Amino acid sequence: MAFDSVSAFLAMGGHAPYVWAAYGATAALLVGVGWHARVERRRVLRDLERRARRERRQAAPAGASTDEGHAR
Amino acid sequence: MARAEPRRNAADMAPIGEPDGGIMVAVRATLRRDLVLLLRGRGEVLNPLVFFALVITLFPIGISPDPELLATIAPGLLWVAALLAALLSLDGLFRGDYEDGSLEQLLLAPQPLPALALAKVAVHWLLTGLPLALMAPVLGIMLSLPAGSYLVLALSLALGSASLSLIGAIGAALTVGLSRGGVLLSLLVLPLYIPVLIFGAGAVQAAIQGAGVSAHLAILGALLAVALIFAPWAIAASLRISING
Amino acid sequence: MWAFIHKLGSPKWFYAISARLSPWFWAAAVLLILAGGAWGLAFAPADYQQGNSFRIIYVHVPAAFLAQSVFVAMAAAGFVFMVWKIKLADMAAAVMAPLGAGMTFVALFSGAVWGVPTWGTWWQWDARLTSMLILLFLYVGVIALRGAFASRDSAARAASVLAMVGVINIPIIKYSVEWWYTLHQPATFSVTSRPAMPMEMWLPLLIMVLGFYCFFIAVTLMRTRSEILRRESSKRWVRELIGEGR
Repeated sequence: MAFDSVSAFLAMGGHAPYVWAAYGATAALLVGVGWHARVERRRVLRDLERRARRERRQAAPAGASTDEGHAR
Repeated sequence: MARAEPRRNAADMAPIGEPDGGIMVAVRATLRRDLVLLLRGRGEVLNPLVFFALVITLFPIGISPDPELLATIAPGLLWVAALLAALLSLDGLFRGDYEDGSLEQLLLAPQPLPALALAKVAVHWLLTGLPLALMAPVLGIMLSLPAGSYLVLALSLALGSASLSLIGAIGAALTVGLSRGGVLLSLLVLPLYIPVLIFGAGAVQAAIQGAGVSAHLAILGALLAVALIFAPWAIAASLRISING
Repeated sequence: MWAFIHKLGSPKWFYAISARLSPWFWAAAVLLILAGGAWGLAFAPADYQQGNSFRIIYVHVPAAFLAQSVFVAMAAAGFVFMVWKIKLADMAAAVMAPLGAGMTFVALFSGAVWGVPTWGTWWQWDARLTSMLILLFLYVGVIALRGAFASRDSAARAASVLAMVGVINIPIIKYSVEWWYTLHQPATFSVTSRPAMPMEMWLPLLIMVLGFYCFFIAVTLMRTRSEILRRESSKRWVRELIGEGR
């Protein structure tokens, strides 16, 4: 360890605001981009699934029993 | 669409000549046509010059009229203002032709599009960059530009503005089909202008300090050479994208 | 041979293979970045002159490397798209741009913040920061241009042209800005170029750089896969994929 204690580590020898701001911004970017990628993927899949469901409903033959009768 | 003066008429549609007319025929035709059109609409030629003068006027007002201060920042100011004036005029480089359909005709011409694009850019430089370069020393006087640098100012601007026209034409070609293309054009082109600015203003500053300017001018020449090699192809590709979009 | 190239460009093939590669890159990214970050923050020695603010190097330099590499990758993808008409290349280029811009911003921010204890100012027009700032403008230009076209194909080709023009300019800009800076400033101490760094200092840096690259690949793989689903949504293989639940 380059530091004697946790508080010394956090204080960064007086340079704390700079070091933590820089690392914080980096972490924000990495986490933000990574999370956005995941959310985006989930959203695309969800939208495609929804569209597939809608198309299946529309393709159901007109004379079939429509006790479900979903309004579109 | 109504225009104040009927600049263009049917006779001005791109006269690209017979299919077996060589490249030089088409280039000359393009040169002549663009020159005539631009000179007819004199406002388009004068506007950048007036803008140049206006911007230069803004700085003493906004900063300070102190001649010594102005003298130190004059090289950069003159170069930046001229650069912006040239940038402003780029939007019209292809727009007129785009709107009346001549640009499509140009694309259909059998002659290589890069050559024709180069011709158009040459006219733009002749009627924008060169006048700006010639006017700059006058404005330099107003900014107390130290003696011994006026010739270099005009030279660096003449040489540099050619590169600016070439690089800017790429941006103009990319954005000609877009409705709000003007601001986007500036955003795309200004970062690419920075090397020219550095060596252009640097040449003037070197002249003031009595150092040699040949290195700066040589680099400006090299930048122009690179632009001459690459830009026409990029412009042609960009024009095709904009027309076919 | 051409069959292989075409397979390479097939979105369906890419989707399948990236599904297998992706977890490895994510794992590598997380491990390398956490390890490198911890090492750099807590275990590497502080700098003799700059003290603990030197630790910023472990995020600034990787971000700066990525900022430039991603632009080059984006331009290369654009080139592949224009020459061989491989749409997959354009999809990759489109998703790379925001990440590259983010990296550039982080490089700028960390570089500026680093300057405060070192030079006493929040911003310094030195060669490195100025070049980074210009690079950020180039990124913004590409992203803006892509968004300005109504037709996706036109947007793709325009962005490719601009990225290629930009990538040619990057070394020219770097050289010009460096020259300009040395002209106006005496050769001052540069925060990142220094006499040979001892291994305890550059090893965590190397780990962080590798980690950032793995992160870039992982994110690009994932986002390209989403883009594939979006663009190819009418294709049968996508429908089958959705039907059977991912």
